[in-house]
Parts: sequence; structure tokens; C-alpha cells
Amino acid sequence: MVKVKVVEQVTKANDQIASENQALLDANETLAVNLMASPGAGKTSLLMRTVEALRERLRIGAIEGDTASQVDADRVATTGIPVVQINTGGGCRLDANMVRPALKELPLEELDLLLIENVGNLVCPAGMALGQHVDVVIASVPEGDDKPYKYPGIFLGVDAVVVNKIDLLPYLDFDLPAFRELIAGMNPQARLFEVSCKTGEGFEAWVDWLAGQCSKES
Amino acid sequence: MHELAITEEILRIAVEHAERAGATRIVDINLVIGELSSVVDDSVQFYFDFISPGTVAEGAELHFRRVPARLRCRACGHEFEPEGTDWRCPSCQTVGGDVIAGREFNMESIEVE
Repeated sequence: MVKVKVVEQVTKANDQIASENQALLDANETLAVNLMASPGAGKTSLLMRTVEALRERLRIGAIEGDTASQVDADRVATTGIPVVQINTGGGCRLDANMVRPALKELPLEELDLLLIENVGNLVCPAGMALGQHVDVVIASVPEGDDKPYKYPGIFLGVDAVVVNKIDLLPYLDFDLPAFRELIAGMNPQARLFEVSCKTGEGFEAWVDWLAGQCSKES
Repeated sequence: MHELAITEEILRIAVEHAERAGATRIVDINLVIGELSSVVDDSVQFYFDFISPGTVAEGAELHFRRVPARLRCRACGHEFEPEGTDWRCPSCQTVGGDVIAGREFNMESIEVE
């Protein structure tokens, strides 16, 4: 028996396609943002409210990732922006190979910002590159403040953490100072935004930061 | 649930390296998986046994070397392994730190005939 040294990243093929996706986005000066969260945290609501807040400043498109159905794409399409739905057929996350054909369907040359809504899941999307420039995880107040402990893989790798549904803070036992301390310790590079998609509270800081990421890119 | 796609990739990489080495059979595949990467060993072996027949990797055994998460405290430089909800540096009590191990997902080597 002979030992053959391999030393290869198992995700290498995906990473290759992801870098091609990113090159395509770069050529069109489009900033891609990967929005990740558990189901029900408010990914689609955040996306729609972000579109409303930024549509005068930026040209925005969206990719909706779900295991099945067209529901989210239909919702987002009501804002009038170009949107493509990807159904993963039960798959627990998007990968670069799924995003590639979706990019071809979008008028990238006319877009400054592409919001990619990943499949609702806090485990699997972590570390699976799509070609995005910015990673964001949304944590919502009803989920509890201990999510980063349970899903460190996702919280450690993001550029921003958005706490959604802060309008519910008075009714629930979410310890916001403890959450802030935990994020600052786990991922000090990550920006933390505290918002409510329902009331619009905190949105200004979030969309200003996002717009800033776009101008950094171009 | 993403283990099937991962397993297909493991098979592809292993076969590629075996063929390059002129091997006729892969006996063992050695993988390194960090605690922070989301991979379930049993599922990977299960899928592997399903998709490898007919290839040089048929019957190969997968070996997983698990690497625990390891952090370096940003305040005092102490290295420690976080456990559960305890992400505090045992030396100075600062929360968190730079991840120095635990995110690996590599194929280290294969044993071939």
C-alpha cells in the first residue's frame, strides 16, 4: 500500500466557481451580499425594507434561495427590482454552481447591489462561497441571545450581524448587552446593527453601511 | 443535508489523485475536519458507499481526524479551546478570540494499491 499526499480543500471546486462568479460581478461593478439566517428571522423582510430605503441611491437586484416555491421571489418582485428564484430542491444552502446561472439571468451591468438571500439555515451556508463580497447574518430577538454559541461557524465568518425584531425586546428575555459582548468577542471585525423591519428603527445605520460597502467596491 | 455534494467532491479528488499515482484501488481516505465546519462523518461514509462502486475508490474507508476549535485571546494571547457557551479566555476572562484551528476541511492523503 502506498500513501499519496493530497492536501486539498474539499470545497476547492466550489471555490473556483465562486471566484468566477465574483469576477463577473466585479466586471459589472456589482457588490454581492450573502444574507444568511435561520428560517423566520426576517431575511426577506430585511431585504425588502433595504430595497425601499436604498432604491433612490442604488440600483438593486436580488436572488432568492429556498428549498422550494416561488413565494419569496414573488414578494420581492412587488418592489419592482429584478429578482431570480433558486430552488435547491431540498438542499440546505446555496452554492456557487447554483448562483452562476442566476447571475446570467440578471441585468448585472445595471446593478450596483445584489442581495442574495440564502436558504434559511444557520449551519450549512457557513463557509460555502458563492462569489459574494459581503457576508451578513441576521439574528432575530425571538430566537434568543445564545445563537452565536450554538452556531459559531456562521457568526465567526461574517462582516455584519443584524439583530432584527428589536421592537419585541420589551416582551422577551433577549439580553442585548450580552449579545453585543459575545459578538464583539467572537468576531470583532463584524459590524452590529440593531433593527426592526416592522418599525424601521435602526435602518439608517444599516443601509448607510451597506451603501458604503458599495462605494468601497466601485 | 449537504453531505452528498461534499462526498461527491471527496470522491472526485481522491480518484483524481489515485489515477495520477497510477493506483488501481484506493483503500483509505484521510480527511481533516475542524469542529467549526459543519460536516457529519457518518453521513459522508454512508453516501460514499453509495456513490463509489464502479470507481477505484469502491470499498475505501474514510477516516476523519477531528480538529477541535482553538482560539487565541486577543487580550492576553492565551490559547484555549472554547466549550459550549464558554467562550471566555480562562486566563483573563475576555470573551472570544482569533480562530486558529477548527475551520479545516481538507483531504490529507489517500492510501492506494
